[in-house]
Amino acid sequence: MILLLSASLAAAAQPAAAPGGDAVRGAAIYERCQACHSLERNRTGPKHCGLIGRRAGGVAGFSYSPALEHSGIVWSTESLDRFLTAPLAAVPGTRMGYAGVKDPQERADLIAFLAAAGPCDN
Amino acid sequence: MPESTIVPRRSFFAAAGKTTLSAGAVLLLAGCGTRQAAMAADPAADVNVLNAALGAEQEAIAAYQVGAESGLLTQPVLDLAVQFQGHHKEHADLLAKTVRDFGGQPVEPLPRYDFPTEQLTSEADVLRFAAGLEKGAVSAYLGAVPLFHERELAKAAASILGDEAMHWAVLRQALGENPVPVAFVS
Repeated sequence: MILLLSASLAAAAQPAAAPGGDAVRGAAIYERCQACHSLERNRTGPKHCGLIGRRAGGVAGFSYSPALEHSGIVWSTESLDRFLTAPLAAVPGTRMGYAGVKDPQERADLIAFLAAAGPCDN
Repeated sequence: MPESTIVPRRSFFAAAGKTTLSAGAVLLLAGCGTRQAAMAADPAADVNVLNAALGAEQEAIAAYQVGAESGLLTQPVLDLAVQFQGHHKEHADLLAKTVRDFGGQPVEPLPRYDFPTEQLTSEADVLRFAAGLEKGAVSAYLGAVPLFHERELAKAAASILGDEAMHWAVLRQALGENPVPVAFVS
């Protein structure tokens, strides 16, 4: 019983499994990110082209928080889903002062958009 | 948009100039000061969020400078852009002061901002660029408000959010778009 309860609590602490994402809807969600980010350019946040498969803290020339740079994260659908749910809980000390995207479908759409953006031109 | 709600651009800008709140004033009303800073439960965490907002404000100041110096903005849009830049300067000054009050080090503006200037070839381009930044700022503050441990800081951030939303609406109006397209921001 205790084991079952522990397993349930552990499952509750994880983000809900993201359903299939829609990159077109994700483009609208991404507008929320554009105070600090863009696909092609480093701004107060790093550029997002080529994000999937990149090591967190891996954009050359961008100054990251030590917390993110040493997080060991490689960006994937799963790691992005965890991070975007609650960035400061996923990587305490990250400079991304944002509460997160709480809706699983919105996260899936946003991740689909980021994945569709493809690699950087330069 | 119902015809009865359409306001001529020039009179709309004049009205906006008279009614836009001073961000400094609303932040002072929010009681964001040294005494409250000393009461914060987790000042380091709050400094982190404040500095994220400060960095975005510094970029907005630089972006409006690019717009103002582009030669693409005509009156009264140019005056409005300079006014909005002034609001962002007020936001940045107060955010930097609050970071210091919390014992933190305010982030410095970047030595260079990589704006898509090659895409800004008309007044509408500049307005659309600024509107995108303002919309992003609304979302950023909305995402920051729940993170503050000090409730007065959350209140102050919400007051800045309101100012950014006004900017966004006015810029949309200037573009001939529905200035308030949704009931909720996200």
